[in-house]
Amino acid sequence: MAQIGIRGVRKSYGKTQVVHGVDVDIVDGEFVVILGPSGCGKSTLLRMIAGLEEITAGEISIDGEVVNELEPRERGCAMVFQNYALYPHMTVAQNIGYSLKVAGVPRATRDQRVLETARTIGLVDFLDRKPGQLSGGQRQRVAMGRAMIREPRVFLFDEPLSNLDAKLRVQMRLEIRRLHQRLRATSVFVTHDQVEAMTLADRLIVMNEGHIDQIGTPSEVYGLPASRYVGGFIGSPPMNFLDVTVGGDGGHVVVGDGQHLSIDPAIGAGLVGQTVEVGIRPEHVTVGHRAGGSTLTAAFDFMEDLGAGRLFHGRLGGADFIVHSPEHRPPAFGEEIPLHIPRDAVHLFDPQTGKRVAAQPVVQAAAA
Amino acid sequence: MRRAYFKDNRIAYLLVAPQLLIIFVFFYWPTGEALFWAFTLEQPWGGGNEWVGLDNLNAVLSDGRYWNAVVVSVIFALASTALAMGMALILAIFADRQLRGYKFYRIGMIWPYAIAAPAVGLAFRFVFNPDAGIMSYLNTISADVWNPTLNGTHALIMIVVAGAWKQVAYNFIFFLAGLQSIPKSITEAGAMDGASVLRRVRDLQLPLLAPTFFFLLVINITDSFTDSFGIVDVMTQGGPARATDLLVYKIYTDGFKGLDYSGAAAQSIILMSLVILLTVFQFRYIERRVHYTG
Repeated sequence: MAQIGIRGVRKSYGKTQVVHGVDVDIVDGEFVVILGPSGCGKSTLLRMIAGLEEITAGEISIDGEVVNELEPRERGCAMVFQNYALYPHMTVAQNIGYSLKVAGVPRATRDQRVLETARTIGLVDFLDRKPGQLSGGQRQRVAMGRAMIREPRVFLFDEPLSNLDAKLRVQMRLEIRRLHQRLRATSVFVTHDQVEAMTLADRLIVMNEGHIDQIGTPSEVYGLPASRYVGGFIGSPPMNFLDVTVGGDGGHVVVGDGQHLSIDPAIGAGLVGQTVEVGIRPEHVTVGHRAGGSTLTAAFDFMEDLGAGRLFHGRLGGADFIVHSPEHRPPAFGEEIPLHIPRDAVHLFDPQTGKRVAAQPVVQAAAA
Repeated sequence: MRRAYFKDNRIAYLLVAPQLLIIFVFFYWPTGEALFWAFTLEQPWGGGNEWVGLDNLNAVLSDGRYWNAVVVSVIFALASTALAMGMALILAIFADRQLRGYKFYRIGMIWPYAIAAPAVGLAFRFVFNPDAGIMSYLNTISADVWNPTLNGTHALIMIVVAGAWKQVAYNFIFFLAGLQSIPKSITEAGAMDGASVLRRVRDLQLPLLAPTFFFLLVINITDSFTDSFGIVDVMTQGGPARATDLLVYKIYTDGFKGLDYSGAAAQSIILMSLVILLTVFQFRYIERRVHYTG
């Protein structure tokens, strides 16, 4: 149980900076997911918390104590690695019990605790096996057990599910969540999989090119993306983006082909005549005419049937446009279909900075 | 590896012929001759052999000097192997941890292997010279604190160090490659589990290095039996008082200095059997699976 403070943390390898000043506070018992594409610096940040990577600048503290100069073993963190990193020459029991052995815990106590841990992760019958004789999911469990047995202050997960097949990944995701419900240890989980991130996180940290773009609960990040990047990264299929000009009194924007899309005048008022980028989630658009918001027509080419819904692929104002709708009729090639877009489904982004344009700036939930 | 098929087998034979010829001329033929000589009595000036059965072998095995050479060889093999492997392992662990300057000595470490044994011997003769070398300072404390020309133990230490020095480079390359093929995350997991650097070396890296370790053990022991001639010949010529008279050097002195071809041939056959035995042992028990997959 611990809180983690990260202040102005930077990481450079020679002249290349990969983490550009990160500030975040993780509260006690929280499950935080760091989400971002590969190379965004998320794993590096995690490894700096663990002590496996030197901190170039800034400060990381655990429970108020600055840990920059502490060895990994002095920080009270346990880590689950992407490739599990089990000790191949040791049995499952030896793998799980290694940290206790190093700590000098007497044999009897150690065996007792290894057995308890094995029970929680359901591997009692496999204690004498070597990692090479286990399936991917079982190895994953051993890695979890090895982290759990130490009763660490902080759990660190470095893409632990990415080597598993899809079905097992969902199952392990639930097990990790359940484990967290029970242990309530502060957890930091790194992933590039947004579904994993959304389902596990109390709070999400979305990283992009070494910066934090947004910190917030999954619904905050989904509902009010702080940047074009976050809007495009979270949600599947991704957000539609259109280049538009704010028209009239700021109550609407003009799409490439001249159609009008209404927006919140409180936001638009200050931007009349300017070019902005709008983002619209495919699932917030409905087919047909409806009161409120605006109705635009788009030309559609084909439909993908997902079973639970259908994706209509077309073009609006010169840009690709996807609509996620239960509408069952496949469009004829190039068919014009009316679409209803509610006003609050329209997100505005600054085309230069990529930041969200809002009447009031989005609260960066940095200090929770 | 791609496999090539030839329509005409003659091309295939033609291609392997040079290699086969070299092996035949420089290995099978001499070995065959040695085997023949080992069971016959060869005249010192040539001209006729007499079949004597096991007499040569019996003579060798009942010779106290031969058993002295066996003891000296075993001590030399074990000591130089232990020294060469120990030093190489320590250096490889440093290089693997990328301590300051590792790029420089990772390359520098490999050079000694390229130096011929007599050259190594010559260099170390200067280093260990009791009158002029670095070690001669010891003799200023008291006379003959260090004198390999008179003291057999000193002489043996000297050839052990020289032999090991040459072998360190080879071992270093294999140990470093072995260490680097262990996934980094395994030692990181060890660090997270609270193990110190030394503890990680002992509990994680060394056990995973076991296949490399046994491979090098066999190679080093084999090498120290067969490849030590140059060093001994240049540094001590087997002396003082046969204290450094290794098996391979005794074969040379008995055969070419003592002109006892038959006795030397018998010794060669024994030494060769020993090396073959070691090699078989390596293939049978050591070339087992390497368990890095975790």
